[in-house]
Amino acid sequence: MTTAPVEVTPDRVVDARGSFCPGPLMELIRAIREGHAGIVIAVYSTDKGSKTDIPKWVEKAGHRLVGIFARDGYDEIVIEQLR
Amino acid sequence: MQRIVILGGGVGGTLTANLVSRKLKRRIDDGLASVTVVDAEGQHVYQPGFMYIAMGNEKAESLRKPERSLLDKRVDLVVGEVVAIDEDARMVHLADGYTLPYDELVLATGSRILPETIEHFEQEAHHFYSAEAAERLRAALDAFDGGKVVVGIASMPYKCPPAPLEVAFLIEAELRERGLREKSEVHYCSPIGRAFTIESVSDMATPELEKKDIELHTFFNVEAIDPERKVVESLEGEELPYDLLVLVPPHKGAQVLMDSGLAPEPGGWLPTDPATLNVKDRPNVWAVGDATDLPLSKAGSTAHFEAPVLAERIAAVVEGREPEGSDSIYTGRVMCFFEIGDGKGTLLRFDYEHPPQPPTPNRLWHLGKVAFNKTYFHTVPRGRV
Repeated sequence: MTTAPVEVTPDRVVDARGSFCPGPLMELIRAIREGHAGIVIAVYSTDKGSKTDIPKWVEKAGHRLVGIFARDGYDEIVIEQLR
Repeated sequence: MQRIVILGGGVGGTLTANLVSRKLKRRIDDGLASVTVVDAEGQHVYQPGFMYIAMGNEKAESLRKPERSLLDKRVDLVVGEVVAIDEDARMVHLADGYTLPYDELVLATGSRILPETIEHFEQEAHHFYSAEAAERLRAALDAFDGGKVVVGIASMPYKCPPAPLEVAFLIEAELRERGLREKSEVHYCSPIGRAFTIESVSDMATPELEKKDIELHTFFNVEAIDPERKVVESLEGEELPYDLLVLVPPHKGAQVLMDSGLAPEPGGWLPTDPATLNVKDRPNVWAVGDATDLPLSKAGSTAHFEAPVLAERIAAVVEGREPEGSDSIYTGRVMCFFEIGDGKGTLLRFDYEHPPQPPTPNRLWHLGKVAFNKTYFHTVPRGRV
């Protein structure tokens, strides 16, 4: 049994809806560069690839995936910046 | 009088000018319309050739022609730097104080490189995004006698997406030919989770990288260069030592577009309608080539296929009719060659709906690219292909 991810209020929203791969990931990377450890970033994406490539990047870059939430016509991918 | 002003004398600007002036020939001759290209240098540069300077097969002087020599006689050329665009007054301001009024404005201002935005880039990294930089890379390759070669991308988007992969393949092939391969490592760093943005191209290139023992590092977004330790560091926490570092520099759109409120910070890419090439919410402003924010390659080929659509749509506005024919809508068509090394290449042909299906690399597509490069000035800017 899996537990549904807990929704948290993000410190920053990156609205990458309408942007194609790798646009949403690149927007997230820009936000991470501007951010700092401890902040929570939500990426809004309509690109189906984001659900797989953003979690993979988050793992490699050493951050934490809080959850992926299906919204009305887009996905919200929430990340905690750890460094 | 309907005044069409085109900012930029690259592939998109030059071809649009020639095609639209052909369509409006009679009106221009009757003094009812005018087409003006504004270019900072008055020189047309074939930028895809820079990579071949780095690989020792091309000379900078062969890649340049006076812009005037490529323009239809009905097109006016103004050489000068654009410093402001006043949309309310419909006026373009040049650095020397000259002003140009317009009715239809085409922004073909391209992209620019900013190597200086990464500390130590200019001292430590090579690139091939200007003739001078490509010549320096050639000299560095000539002096190279084995070691670690790292080829990567500082940030996205950038011009000619296949170019860094092609350079990795070409450098690897050169090292083999020069008997230096055993003494060398070749690394390729991609900012995303695969070798190339388009999946089918990545699927074609990845086995080639493996076959040639080029080590692929995915999710490698360049964060810093340490000149003391000779390592390039990624945002993701990876470090790669280098003896020869080749990095695509960061790119942005033209500063004047951001300063004039036409393109948003920080990238400076114009919000562009993918089908009509209108700058969004600005019915008399159009975008072509690298300057757009379209999810397509920033490449001459994209501009080459966009220009006929712009020419048709602008001619239709001037003539007070609906755009017609196959050039009335841009479908995202792009076609470009892709070098794989060892005298082989492949072809990428795609549009918004159809990803490329690159054929197995062979000699024919490499020769196709060579022939295209050699004949470019006689064909593309003049609208002959």
